[in-house]
Amino acid sequence: MQEHIERIRADIAAGIEKVKDGTRQELFELKMKYLGKTGEISALSKGMRDVPAEQRPAMGKLVSEVRAWAEEQFDQTEALLKKKELEARYKSERIDVTMPARFAETGTLHPVNIVKKEIIECFEGMGFDIYEGPEIEKDYYNFQALNIPADHPARDMQDTFFITGEYLLRSQTSSGQIRVMENKKPPIKILSPGRVYRSDSDATHSPMFHQMEGLVVDKGITLCDLKGILDEFARRMFTKETKTRLRPSYFPFTEPSVEVDLSCHNCGGKGCRICKGTGWIEILGAGMVNRRVLENCGIDPDEYTGFAFGMGLERIAMIKYGINDMRYLFENDVRLLKQFKD
Amino acid sequence: MKVPFSWLKDYVDIDITPEELQERLFSCGFEVEELKYVGEEIDRCVTGRITSLEKHPDADKLKICRLDCGEYGKDIQIVTGADNVFEGALVPVALDGSSLHGGVKIKKGKLRGVESCGMLCSGEELGINDDWYDGADVNGILILSEGTPVGTDMKKVVGLDDYIFDISVTANRPDCQSVYGIAREVAAVLKKPLKPVDLTYESSDFSTSGRVYVHVEAPDLCPRYIAHYVRGLKIEKSPLWLRRRLALSGLRAINNVVDITNFVLLELGQPMHAFDLSKVEKNEICVRRAKEGEKIVTLDEKEFELTANNLVICDGVKPVALAGVMGGLNSGIAETTAEVLFESAKFERANIRRTSRALGQKSDSSARFEKGVDAYTTGIAINRALNLIEALGCGQIACDRFDIEDKSVAPAVVKTKYSKINALLGIEVPKEEIKNILKRLNFNVSAKGDDITVTAPAYREDIEGYPDLAEEVIRMYGYDHIRGAFLPTAKVTGGGFTDAQRTEERVKRIARGQDYNEIITYSFISPKDYAQLRIGGEAERAIRIKNPIGEDMSIMRTTLAPSMLTTLVRNIRRGNPRARLFELANVYIAKQLPLAEMPEERKTLCFGVYGAGEDFFSAKGVFEAIASEFGIRFAYRAAEKPFLHPGKCAEVLLEGEKVGYLGELAPDIAEGLALEVNVYIGELDFAKLQGSLSSALRFKPLPAHPEAVRDLALVADEEVFCADIEKGISDACKYVTAVKLFDVYRSEQIGAGKKSMAFSVTFTPHENAFKPEDVDGYVKRILKSLGEKFGIALR
Repeated sequence: MQEHIERIRADIAAGIEKVKDGTRQELFELKMKYLGKTGEISALSKGMRDVPAEQRPAMGKLVSEVRAWAEEQFDQTEALLKKKELEARYKSERIDVTMPARFAETGTLHPVNIVKKEIIECFEGMGFDIYEGPEIEKDYYNFQALNIPADHPARDMQDTFFITGEYLLRSQTSSGQIRVMENKKPPIKILSPGRVYRSDSDATHSPMFHQMEGLVVDKGITLCDLKGILDEFARRMFTKETKTRLRPSYFPFTEPSVEVDLSCHNCGGKGCRICKGTGWIEILGAGMVNRRVLENCGIDPDEYTGFAFGMGLERIAMIKYGINDMRYLFENDVRLLKQFKD
Repeated sequence: MKVPFSWLKDYVDIDITPEELQERLFSCGFEVEELKYVGEEIDRCVTGRITSLEKHPDADKLKICRLDCGEYGKDIQIVTGADNVFEGALVPVALDGSSLHGGVKIKKGKLRGVESCGMLCSGEELGINDDWYDGADVNGILILSEGTPVGTDMKKVVGLDDYIFDISVTANRPDCQSVYGIAREVAAVLKKPLKPVDLTYESSDFSTSGRVYVHVEAPDLCPRYIAHYVRGLKIEKSPLWLRRRLALSGLRAINNVVDITNFVLLELGQPMHAFDLSKVEKNEICVRRAKEGEKIVTLDEKEFELTANNLVICDGVKPVALAGVMGGLNSGIAETTAEVLFESAKFERANIRRTSRALGQKSDSSARFEKGVDAYTTGIAINRALNLIEALGCGQIACDRFDIEDKSVAPAVVKTKYSKINALLGIEVPKEEIKNILKRLNFNVSAKGDDITVTAPAYREDIEGYPDLAEEVIRMYGYDHIRGAFLPTAKVTGGGFTDAQRTEERVKRIARGQDYNEIITYSFISPKDYAQLRIGGEAERAIRIKNPIGEDMSIMRTTLAPSMLTTLVRNIRRGNPRARLFELANVYIAKQLPLAEMPEERKTLCFGVYGAGEDFFSAKGVFEAIASEFGIRFAYRAAEKPFLHPGKCAEVLLEGEKVGYLGELAPDIAEGLALEVNVYIGELDFAKLQGSLSSALRFKPLPAHPEAVRDLALVADEEVFCADIEKGISDACKYVTAVKLFDVYRSEQIGAGKKSMAFSVTFTPHENAFKPEDVDGYVKRILKSLGEKFGIALR
């Protein structure tokens, strides 16, 4: 019996050696041949009955030893084959990871609307409401209520598109100021974006463009507040280092009126091509709301003061993104549009 | 507004450079658009005396001159072809390496073998005419008058050593549309005294009223009219100093009387006019509205037919001037004019503007009146003109005048407080500083404690209240004193988007998620754009612009489709292989035409698509993406649109209401545009949609029991719509929560005119879990219902 056990051991060893290059199924079959219910090692256990009683303990030990040894052999080989199989699979399934991905591309906002959104985000947090007034406007809101009398040069036919004697295409978002102030009493903080129209067309002018109007009316509003708000705006829209400069100007609906320049974001104020060597870029018009405008809206100018500012969004987009011709913005070439992933 | 530096210096002791002055003007509100050195073209051109003159040995027409140019050379040899030179003449010498008018460079060279170290110059070569220097118009070398040392820079000799400030003056400051007006600002900003204009003159003992009767019948259009008689005139050339001033300002000298009126216009900003009194009939001047159909021929020989909207100056019979615009040919100054009536008037600016526009007739005068002339300056200008008459010694001045003023000029008085001015500025400008600034600007200030009473100078018709004073103070005190503050006194406000605005942003986000790029197109289009889409009738209900730039931008669009198509076509023609574009913009719907009330501006959403892989259903995707995001359900119905493929066009409905459409561009239109790719266009009436696009999020409990999914392959007639089958399935069983088509199949076996459609149907249990036989029962019920409604059978 002992010999028989040794032979089994040798057979298993040889069998395993052979099956090492084979499959896990072959290994399983081999395992069953010895360790299955009817396998040879199982047969040994059953054969114990025929072993003389005094030899049984020793024989029993031998049988369990060979069983344990065989199980270990099979387990190890199983692990080995599993590993080999996995390696083979990995190899066969290898892909070129540099091949292109499939993904859903996302579209873009128009650059002018990106600027609009950024400005709104900047002012929204400061408590500004967003108001969009009508584009086809009455003369009163676009001009008269804004203290632009009938003979003012800005009213000339060559600047403004008229529909009838009374109706026109608004030439400025300032018309929204009046509509807001007629319906709402201070405190007022609004931002009014929208399309405006002027009869003008070249590299820096478009017959339709966008403006953003800002208006604050409350008690004790000063020119310093205007400067503070615009400083914050400049820092957020351009760079933290951007400064503003006020200089005197004239608009019929503000007094005092100022032109606001930003230190050039490109050269930091040293002077470059973009700022034409001055270090400053003209960006918007502003001022303290004219008393007459407040009166026209039924707001007591002795109780309240306010400031207003207005800027061209195309101009800001052009400055910010380095676009040199306004006409690009209205061609809507998809190659340009796709560049503005914000 | 062009202002010569030298002229400013007549009135202010300017001790800074022109560049520094430019900076100072900029800081107080006067942007110098261009600062130009008048003689910038001329370099190394000096006076020289011809010490000897001899014939060129090899050329009959050439002469060899030797010149004494002082420090530049005592004996310079120059060959010239001019024949007006002579020994001893003082002439302009362009030295070797010099430059002249028009960028001409002069170099040493040989002329017919004789060395010439420069060139003798004519007036033209220096860029000047007789107005700059007597004799400059002569055809030949400019012979200079005696008294200038040799070697003097020619620019100094002929008046080119000067600067011109081209200043942009804002519309509220017509008082600065003159040399003296700017001088007032310069004096204030430099804290220097302003020298007065010489307004003195000696009058003779004859009167204006004895010669002519002047009256104003339209005081509303002519608030002040001054007429002063001058006789014994000698019409001649003005003196050099006066002509040079005009030349510096870009005007040509005509004769002394005309030059004086132009000079006063430049210096004080008051347009003047002079009538030849011998041509004035019936010794009368009347300012009145023109009669309908009345005619006038202006100085430039153009004839105009007038209306009552035009103001005219008339004699006893006929118009002799178009007020404020131009004098009549019938009363102009001629060489023989011996007596004139000088006019200095304030005409109402709006009327001058309207007349000038309506007749298409402009002049320096009308341009100036349109900006606004103040009645105070009208008064001093006449005195200045008479002062110049006397200075030029060219006439005798009457002892009286007509000065017809509607109401006398009362300067604006502002009673306010220092603290109010500072409250608007937000800083503390010291009281003394405020007072001094206002005084420097010629305001009269009387103060008591915080209270001040400020009288504006008579020429400042723009001053109304304390904010105007605040502006005067801060532009002189310096805007750099303004320090940013953050609304310390204001109430806190919430701010932010309205729900409607938020929804817009959300819709745009969805579109972008579907790879759509936003476009912005003009709100106005051409009637032809409608015609191209075979919806020409739309143009009739569109709002028309009265004064469009052109026909192609003449009507306010009622649909975004034409602009979208134009944009897609542009992209296709530029070779861009694919595009998905959207625009969210207003369309403009008139309630009636012509417009009598505010039209409706309707937010509309437009989509446009082309390129490989795009078809009707990929274009439909963005509609479904929006529906899915907002939890609404669009229904689609086959429809027709004049510009879309009749077999590939759908109406979009929301709860039975039409909210949009989409489809493929009609093949014949595409062919007409030479498009080789299918184009899809759709629109959604965003305004109508908006009410249904709620942003309110609500949690729906998850199903307590598992759902069951069954696939059904159904054979239907070709005519049956997918949407109807989907609805049929849903309607037949209340547990159906989703129906999704996943395959369409046609074959001989199925039969001609039939199609097999495979749907995946989801059943969701309510309170109790499904038993296996339940779902089988539902399917049976569905099939029965479909069979009855559409003759559909299970495949």
